Amino acid sequence: MAWPGVARSARLLGINSSGASSMLPPVFGVLFDGLAYGMLLFLLSVGQSVTLGMMNFINLAHCSFAMLGGYLTVTLMSRYGWSFFATLPCAFVVAAVVSVGFERTLFRRLYRASELDQVLLTIGIVFISVAVAAYVFGTDQQPLQLPHYLRSSLTFMGIRFAVYRLVLVGLALLITLALVIGLDYTRFGARVRAAVDNERMARGLGIDVDRTFAITFALGSGLAGLGGALAIEIVGLDPSFAFTYLIYVLIVVSVGGLGSISGSFVAAIVLGISDVAGKYYIPQLGAFLIYLVMISLLMWRPLGLLGKR
Amino acid sequence: MALSETSIDPQLYLVEQTRWRPAEIVFWLATLLPYLLFPNYLSLASQIAIAALFALSLDLILGYAGIVSLGHAAFFGIGAYTAGLLSKYGWGEPLSGLVVAAFAAGVVGYATSFVICRFRHLALIMLTLGFGLLLAELANSLGWLTGGMDGLQGIHTWKLLGTFPFDLYGRAAYAYALAVLFVLFLFTRRLIHSPFGLSLRGIRENFVRMPAIGAPSRAHIRTIYTIAACIAGVAGALLAQTTETVSLDSLGFERSAEVVVILVLGGAGRLYGGLVGATIYLIARDQFSGIVPQYWYFWIGILLVAVVIFLPNGILGGLAQFTARWSRK
Repeated sequence: MAWPGVARSARLLGINSSGASSMLPPVFGVLFDGLAYGMLLFLLSVGQSVTLGMMNFINLAHCSFAMLGGYLTVTLMSRYGWSFFATLPCAFVVAAVVSVGFERTLFRRLYRASELDQVLLTIGIVFISVAVAAYVFGTDQQPLQLPHYLRSSLTFMGIRFAVYRLVLVGLALLITLALVIGLDYTRFGARVRAAVDNERMARGLGIDVDRTFAITFALGSGLAGLGGALAIEIVGLDPSFAFTYLIYVLIVVSVGGLGSISGSFVAAIVLGISDVAGKYYIPQLGAFLIYLVMISLLMWRPLGLLGKR
Repeated sequence: MALSETSIDPQLYLVEQTRWRPAEIVFWLATLLPYLLFPNYLSLASQIAIAALFALSLDLILGYAGIVSLGHAAFFGIGAYTAGLLSKYGWGEPLSGLVVAAFAAGVVGYATSFVICRFRHLALIMLTLGFGLLLAELANSLGWLTGGMDGLQGIHTWKLLGTFPFDLYGRAAYAYALAVLFVLFLFTRRLIHSPFGLSLRGIRENFVRMPAIGAPSRAHIRTIYTIAACIAGVAGALLAQTTETVSLDSLGFERSAEVVVILVLGGAGRLYGGLVGATIYLIARDQFSGIVPQYWYFWIGILLVAVVIFLPNGILGGLAQFTARWSRK
């Protein structure tokens, strides 16, 4: 559990080798896989970026909601025969609804508390979710049977592009666009930013701050659920998911800059490519490189690449 | 922690704080009870003493100086590997092993403290986490030195003071761990009740203001971080010497998280917080994880949520509040 990425690196690199066939050098295959992996990290962490940046709440349980989405997708597909794409909105909605339950009962008490209290409470929830997942689903990897057309790949200029990874990149781009527009150019986004900047003033202007925060939180966790559902094909799913990817999500969010969606996007790509490239070219380093990249980026810019505050 | 009304003079306040209270003496006498009451649980008792020492070292930086660290196990692991390697390659004398381990952890602590003292809040948490993970990865990839995933084998600790062998029952191990814990506790107690300790609490409350009244925040943080690293290294070395094995999880993220849990459970920013937390945590783990390890995760999660919601200052904080209310009536 303490070795994020190491056990899974083989899995991640499974498709890489196909890029090494002809015409273009393998570096493009590695770049593409790194990009796809980065998009995956982005999908998992963008919700965290929203809640952490907008509401200043350190939610370590973020990946527990992602895990919930993942297990929901697996269960719906294997036990009830749903199609993969039908489960995705479901993963989003369920993760969002469950998270609002937690937000209303537990998290909202800690919006003004110290970082330590937030870290402890939410890590407690991670522990609980890991135990519950192990109890209900067992500790094995969950199998995911994707439809055939998603498992195939396209060949272009001698590089095989896995269709699933293309879909992942496309979806991540769409979500980024929707979020940037939603938070920067809509009335709801303005309300969220107003409530964060000056809660009392926002209340005075008639903004329902509690409701705004609840919706923001639901949005963030829903995106985690969606990210989790999309991630299992590439990184697998077992109860330690909530711990393993927690670290990656934190890295992406803090390197990208709190509350900056485009920052998270850039950070996820940088980290995804350096992780995959590191494992491909210097495998003996393991996950060493991604931590080194994170520490150097943070020391260079403590507020993150595109952090403002 | 409010100043009591009677002692306005800071020096008198500090002197009053250093006075030994009856409850403290009872506590330390009680640590000898396992020899009489639970002779079969002495190895658990020595684990508790080690965890308590580790939590005490974290308390110095987290509880007193307000540095939230999610990578404190790095120093524990450095101490453990130093002592383990020293013993594996021919020098198994325990006490000098502790000194070397403390030195090694202290050097790394001092080097990283230059980075640590520059950051606050989330960046700080992430940097400590990053350093911890980086070191764990390093130990993993240096398999020829550390034994990698299999752990460090072939450690043999010599007799304590040349006379007491480390046996399976943990008689010598507990006495050894307890004595080291006590000595370092005395040191910590003195440190905390010194003007330096007081200024650490000032830094925790207001990082920017302390330099203005003559306490250089960054230099103080560098000092205390190095000291905490040394003590954590000693705790790691104790574990390596008494169990005669070191595994990778001695510097993993989970151990860092565990020690934070232990400290907060007992009460951060209180000298006895780590000690009480370690006792309760390890006994509970011993009882619960006997059934299924996953259930233990569940209970520790519940415990954490309950502590944050109902006992924000830990068990000792709750007790202090309770007695304060009770004595007022």
